[in-house]
Amino acid sequence: MKKIIIALAVLGMAGTASAGKIVMEGSTTVLPIAQKAAEVFMKNNPGEEVSVRGGGSGVGIASIIDGTCDIADASRAVKAAELEKAAKKGRDLKAHVIAMDGISHIVHPSNTVTGLTREQIKKIYTSRAANWKEFGGPDLRIVVISRDSASGTFEAFSEMVLDKKKVRPDAIMQASNQGIASIVARTPGAIGYVGLGYVTGSVKAISVDGVMPAKESVLRNKYPITRPLFMYTNGVPQGTVKKFIDFLKGPEGQKIVGEEGFVGLK
Amino acid sequence: MNRKKERVIKYLFTALAFASLVFLIGIVLVLFKEALPIFKTVSPRAFLLGESWYPTAEPAEFGILPLILASLWVTAGALVICVPLGVGSALYLHELAGPRQRAVLKPVIEILASVPSIVYGFFGMVILAPFLQDAFDLPIGLCALTTSVILGVMATPTVASIAEDALSYVPRSFREASFAVGADRWQTLTKVIIPAAGSGISTAIILGMSRAIGETMTVLMVAGGSAVIPRSVFDPVRPMTAAIAAEMGEAPVGSDHYHALFAIALILFLITFAFNIAAELISRRFRLKLGLSR
Repeated sequence: MKKIIIALAVLGMAGTASAGKIVMEGSTTVLPIAQKAAEVFMKNNPGEEVSVRGGGSGVGIASIIDGTCDIADASRAVKAAELEKAAKKGRDLKAHVIAMDGISHIVHPSNTVTGLTREQIKKIYTSRAANWKEFGGPDLRIVVISRDSASGTFEAFSEMVLDKKKVRPDAIMQASNQGIASIVARTPGAIGYVGLGYVTGSVKAISVDGVMPAKESVLRNKYPITRPLFMYTNGVPQGTVKKFIDFLKGPEGQKIVGEEGFVGLK
Repeated sequence: MNRKKERVIKYLFTALAFASLVFLIGIVLVLFKEALPIFKTVSPRAFLLGESWYPTAEPAEFGILPLILASLWVTAGALVICVPLGVGSALYLHELAGPRQRAVLKPVIEILASVPSIVYGFFGMVILAPFLQDAFDLPIGLCALTTSVILGVMATPTVASIAEDALSYVPRSFREASFAVGADRWQTLTKVIIPAAGSGISTAIILGMSRAIGETMTVLMVAGGSAVIPRSVFDPVRPMTAAIAAEMGEAPVGSDHYHALFAIALILFLITFAFNIAAELISRRFRLKLGLSR
């Protein structure tokens, strides 16, 4: 088993070490930025190849530790346990903040609730608060939707809203932001949380502690559930990896960040 | 020279034939090796009968009863769909369909088996779940019922084609003897053919069950994923396969969570293994009963 993993890792490294081809993997929150940036980057730099995969922040960080990707996308900071593992494998993870994001809470457009406090959201997610009536909404059972625990969004949410309390067991679990958004869009009683970039016309964002999730409020750090989005590299970036990170942090890259619905650094 | 070549070929094919055995043993060894360490943290009893599954919480809880029950529920639901559909199709194909209908229907049923499971998943998510949500006025369409319907349709070709084989193994002489003593077609079917093919049909059903309980992608997409003990068919559930698929990517290698997922896989393997042994035993009896060799 271990040997196979090592063999795969070696294959992966062999595949990624060749000049001009990099692999990016991880957070589905960062995914739209990564994908768009990769497209534009490849168009600007013929001959360079950037392949992008989702999987979740945990998956991306595990991959970069195993050497199967060059850049790990993450919507949370790397954990102590992960750093320890990286150190054991002789890897030196470097964080690059590429954008800011607010974790937006979304409900069905027909829901009359326009805002909740963090305390109320915590109650909905951790106890058996059953009906929107209790929160000034319609007489409708609340369908709680959460992310699977591989998700950086889940961990950030759990830390910033739930105080790490357990999500009620009957919550619907989805593997991606898009999964949550599409369920909320067609489920009248649903509540879910997604990155700012996934708030579209088919769902309704609600305010948290009286502040709406928006670029302004996130950038000024007024929105209570704000977090940085990261890309991790192994050591100081070099070659194509450096070129890509520089591109993403530069004006053109930051414009993509904005277009995808996230908040640029400047 | 020729004899040498023959011997080489013989060894080659022997090796190929035993390769499956090697794979099976390898898989079983890995499953046990990676699964057993979890029982240092959790007792087997607490693992199997525990009612809460919080593998990443602090402290973590590893109770897989909700996952086991979810798998059994959706499989039972799938049987309700695939047994009438599959056995009914087999009976029709074998007893009533003319050669031309057979020529169309049989391949069609087999094509149903070749649709990739992710396509079934998409269908369930985008079409069936919203439909059932409206039809039954459910809070959410991703639930045990939706999963059962999709799994039932997926298992139908397995059941239909094996049941049809079983029917076709019934020797002609049985039927002729039945007609000779004056039985009509219905009597022949219910009193002679179905009892004779009965264990073959049971095998078909058991293999259909194996198919349903082991299915992963579809289940991950349509079951909803709530790790609670299901109380109604409209509850979202988290079957064992879905839990493994959703969580394997993030479980750090060697952690309790990682071993717990392997332990779930081991239990799933033991369940399908038992199904397959049962199917094999029953079909062996069936062949003996019909006087077929082996």
